[in-house]
Amino acid sequence: MAERFTKSMARNIYLGGSAFFILLFLALTFDTQLRAMPERDNRDQITEQVVHGKHIWETNNCVGCHSLMGEGAYFAPELANVFDRRGASDTEVFKSYMRAWMNAMPTNIPGRRQMPNFNLSDEDIDALAAFLEWTSKIDDNNWPPNIEG
Amino acid sequence: MKYESQRVAMPYFIFALVLFAGQILFGLILGLQYVVGDFLFPEIPFNVARMVHTNLLIVWLLFGFMGATYYMVPEEAQTELHSPLLAWILFWVFAAAGTLTILGYLFVDYATLADVTLNKLLPTMGREFLEQPTITKIGIAVVVVAFLYNIAMTALKGRKTVVNIVLITGLVGLAVLWLFSFYNPSNLTTDKYFWWFVVHLWVEGVWELIMGAILAYVLIKLTGVDREVIEKWLYLIIAMALISGIIGTGHHFFYIGPPEYWLWLGSVFSAIEPLPFFMMVVFAFNMINRRRRNHPNKAATLWAMGTTVMAFLGAGVWGFLHTLAPVNYYTHGSQITAAHGHMAFYGAYVMIVLTIISYAVPIMRGRPYGNSNTAQIVEMWGFWLMTISMVFITLFLTGAGVLQVWLQRIPESGSAMSFMAGQDQIAIFYWMRLVAGCFFMAGLVVYLGSFFIKGQAGPAEEVRGAVPSPEEA
Repeated sequence: MAERFTKSMARNIYLGGSAFFILLFLALTFDTQLRAMPERDNRDQITEQVVHGKHIWETNNCVGCHSLMGEGAYFAPELANVFDRRGASDTEVFKSYMRAWMNAMPTNIPGRRQMPNFNLSDEDIDALAAFLEWTSKIDDNNWPPNIEG
Repeated sequence: MKYESQRVAMPYFIFALVLFAGQILFGLILGLQYVVGDFLFPEIPFNVARMVHTNLLIVWLLFGFMGATYYMVPEEAQTELHSPLLAWILFWVFAAAGTLTILGYLFVDYATLADVTLNKLLPTMGREFLEQPTITKIGIAVVVVAFLYNIAMTALKGRKTVVNIVLITGLVGLAVLWLFSFYNPSNLTTDKYFWWFVVHLWVEGVWELIMGAILAYVLIKLTGVDREVIEKWLYLIIAMALISGIIGTGHHFFYIGPPEYWLWLGSVFSAIEPLPFFMMVVFAFNMINRRRRNHPNKAATLWAMGTTVMAFLGAGVWGFLHTLAPVNYYTHGSQITAAHGHMAFYGAYVMIVLTIISYAVPIMRGRPYGNSNTAQIVEMWGFWLMTISMVFITLFLTGAGVLQVWLQRIPESGSAMSFMAGQDQIAIFYWMRLVAGCFFMAGLVVYLGSFFIKGQAGPAEEVRGAVPSPEEA
């Protein structure tokens, strides 16, 4: 029994299996990216401001504490739906909330988790808000389960 | 050690362990910040400490893999390394680049770091685990390519073993997939999709090939079991790793934008992902049971068995726990994820590097049969302290995660607890995790201490009690 299953059979399973699944994965990737995603991510609404906001998000390492669609660190709240949670799903409300919040940091309450002040201009904060608003509208299979993220 | 040039692995292993110690130190800082939120604020904010913690892990594991490769490939190929000088140059380049990057994180404001490293020319920073400045990313790519050249030239001129082929395939995959770290489109969903090509296809793909190859090599050396048998196992394990793991990437696509069919594909294939890890457990224990010799390096044998069990628990069991889409809907991005991440990385990749270090370093230090009995006992104390501490870290984070999901995720909007209110409720678990982390650090100190104990094991022990198995008798 053990002898009948040879090393070359094991190698063929490895080569054949991985080749097949790499090709399948590539095909699925094409389908996801070219067919499915344009309808799910509202890419026509990615304005220059949204792109700038993503840049602000990245260069301040926001993902080092927060999560975005569940990915990132788990030290601070989820932000993919913060537009709905704190901005009542309204662009102007959310922008003024963001300006107030970012400028009030850090709270310096002893013992509490602290968010640094990133010294962002109003223009940068508005861009960040636009980025988070666009993110909140991505069709992510209805995640998170509730408003708290 | 049969070839002098294998010795170039030594600085790689030493530097890996130094960075490992740094990683754990920052882990303790993070653990404390979870409960004393303003600890070290504003000097070292959480995001900086976390970046240091995770990036040190990645870099030291890469040093470990490179050290393992420099040690294994010449011996497998039965030839000297193509260029030990190149290996030394690359060591210093990589060590300097790594150190500068970490110092940059610690002493330069991140936005300024992005600015001075010209991130805007090719923006790649600010994504989880890929926080390195673009110039560091380019440096890593260059070092890995030059390393692969050195290794390929060595392997090609000598004996082609399955261990070498699988190891080098894994390393080539590592290098190729790294290129996706340079792709950062302005569309967040596309960015996230291809980000997983680095992160998932590394740790649940090509790194498993590297782990399998190192494990197979060490088992050949420790047990004396026929290479044919071990190589057959290795092929089967990596076959299952890739068959399950490639489409298994889908378990990350559930809730970041991609379409619904990934809910099915990701759930089904990632449910198979524990299988290759389970096979590694059976493989290691079977080979050790069928050993043709009792190798006096008992510590290395313990690490080899331990890594398979802990990888199966951390990557396999804790991965499966939250990988089915309906479960992941509630656990995605919670402390459950953190629990799984800690045990999986420790079990699979930390422990496999410590396995090859445990086997190879004594030989490079002129102790062909392993360290003295005392040193091995101390090393095993380090093994158990670190491993049991990691089990507790994982259990406490799992407790925190279950409660977090219960309070924050399961209730309807309106009655669900807010994130921060929930964090206060589960603080006791974070305190216990911190205590377990301190024990881990103690274990690491004991482990590192074992390197300073003199003496070596004797060959006499090797022949003692070489028992033929019942089938062979």
